[in-house]
Amino acid sequence: MRLRRLLGGGPSVLGAAAVLVVAGVMTLAPQLFTSRDPNAIVFMERLEAPSLAHPFGTDENGRDLWARVVYGAQPTLTAAVALILISLVVGSLAGLVIGYAGRRADEVLMRVTEFFLAFPQIVWALAIASVIGRGLVVCVLALSLTWWAQYARLMRAQVLVYKEREFILASRALGQRAWWILLRHLLPNCFSPVLVKATIDVSLAILLLAALSFLGVGAQPPMPEWGAMVTIGRKYLLDYPWYATFPGLAIFVVVLAFNILGERVRDALDPASKIYVRS
Amino acid sequence: MRLILQRVPLLVILLAAISLAVFMLAQQLPGDPAFIAAGGGDATPEMIAHARERLGLDRPGWVRYLYYMRNALQGDFGRSMVNGKPVIEDIRKFWPASLELALAAIAISAAAGIPLGVLSAVHAGRWLDRLITPGSVFLGSMPIFWLGLMAVLVFYRLLDLLPAAGRLSVSTAPPATVTGLYLADALLARDAAVFGDALRHLILPASILSVISLAMITRVTRAAMLDILHEDYLRTARAKGVPESRVVLKHALRNASVPILTVVGLQLGQLIGGVVITETIFSWPGLGLYAVTAVENQDYPALMAFTLVTTVVYVLINLLVDLLYPLLNPQVRA
Repeated sequence: MRLRRLLGGGPSVLGAAAVLVVAGVMTLAPQLFTSRDPNAIVFMERLEAPSLAHPFGTDENGRDLWARVVYGAQPTLTAAVALILISLVVGSLAGLVIGYAGRRADEVLMRVTEFFLAFPQIVWALAIASVIGRGLVVCVLALSLTWWAQYARLMRAQVLVYKEREFILASRALGQRAWWILLRHLLPNCFSPVLVKATIDVSLAILLLAALSFLGVGAQPPMPEWGAMVTIGRKYLLDYPWYATFPGLAIFVVVLAFNILGERVRDALDPASKIYVRS
Repeated sequence: MRLILQRVPLLVILLAAISLAVFMLAQQLPGDPAFIAAGGGDATPEMIAHARERLGLDRPGWVRYLYYMRNALQGDFGRSMVNGKPVIEDIRKFWPASLELALAAIAISAAAGIPLGVLSAVHAGRWLDRLITPGSVFLGSMPIFWLGLMAVLVFYRLLDLLPAAGRLSVSTAPPATVTGLYLADALLARDAAVFGDALRHLILPASILSVISLAMITRVTRAAMLDILHEDYLRTARAKGVPESRVVLKHALRNASVPILTVVGLQLGQLIGGVVITETIFSWPGLGLYAVTAVENQDYPALMAFTLVTTVVYVLINLLVDLLYPLLNPQVRA
């Protein structure tokens, strides 16, 4: 029933879902979309404009850009999903514990999350990656350091709402262990806002990781991550504009799809927050 | 006022914790500062040991941290490994440019976002709303580094309308420094030519930077206005015969201003990340470009100083927004 509400939104939602399915398949099985090798260097064909043979043109090494964009879906998307998963899991567990704990512990632990939330994300990911070592993995870990606190805060707020509900009090009266109550009763009920946030956060994660790759501390060459490709394309922007255009367009399309779907998820799970009143 | 005093000790602890984090990060850096200070390759073990003692590096960690804090509070962040100058000088040189960019971007996003949000709320469900709301989702999905490059392609390469780099044309001298913001300084010096040139250079980067905030501000304004437009006191005003425009602007918007101002303030903090990217694309000589250059050149003192300074600014901005809220909304005052 909820699924129908989710999908019955007209062309934009179907389009978004289609894009995400394509992106998902591209991540898991890139060979289905291109027969070319994304790393095949052919200097004779460097920086060619888009054509039938090379739909997105070629890069400075003669590698087919369409193939690179296709194979680039994997690092771009898996890194973003991993980032959100880590933040979600760590943050939710932390939030559950913090919310359920007593007043004193709650105060202290909230200060801790405030500390982690005080850091501007890009700046710190930049700093950490420069010091410890560049690459997507470091960036994912660095960003999750600040991101988990957002989920902890959200989960805690939900737990505080449910903590005094009758069924929880009943469980405690029955002598259930705290961790059982947390996992079996509180978690399923508090999860919807977290899910909504996670869906919308994936698009933000894609943008942030691509931005970090653009700045040079994320994915390193020759990885065909989309943000990193835009960086290289920037060098050739004025004379060979297709190079920077297409990977960035790919980011935009996928992010847009996640945003549209995220809004739908939110409307479906929490109709009270609907901002788009359909007439 | 009481609220401010309540927050101060927490703020101090937070800032101390942040500086500790920066310090600990800096400890992970490769290389031995004593080795470098002793002269690098020529240094004998005695010279290195002497330098270590001189720099206080043989002391335990927490002592070194206290030295670091003492220096930082006095503005001493070490010397840049690139040009040997004190980092604080570079920071002082570059931050007005970033400030100008950030202020211009927030001004644009607020000046465009609030009216758009109001319009889409007033006409909710009709064509204007159906244009603006998906439009803001559209805009908010764009990676700004890509959008910036596309804008350069269109406005610089194709249309040759706007410059793609820097704050001023190469041949133009900057106005006399009063604020460090070229637009303000040019106005103060009554120099129309410089003002025009600075404005031409500012438009594109500021617009690109404003895009993310624009989408957010439009959405929040719309949501806040939607909440309010159905309130009873507005119905009373309409029944009294107050023209609709006044109802919307004077009564509704004023009450919606609290969440709107909150989000504008918060976006200013979020802009810090965007500033780094935008300055890189447009070669805007601000702190963001300074940081990225420091990363490329492995100029760690500069990078650590940048991290500390920007985090402190971010914390202060968020604190100001937090303090502003009860001031604007008496219901919230503890």
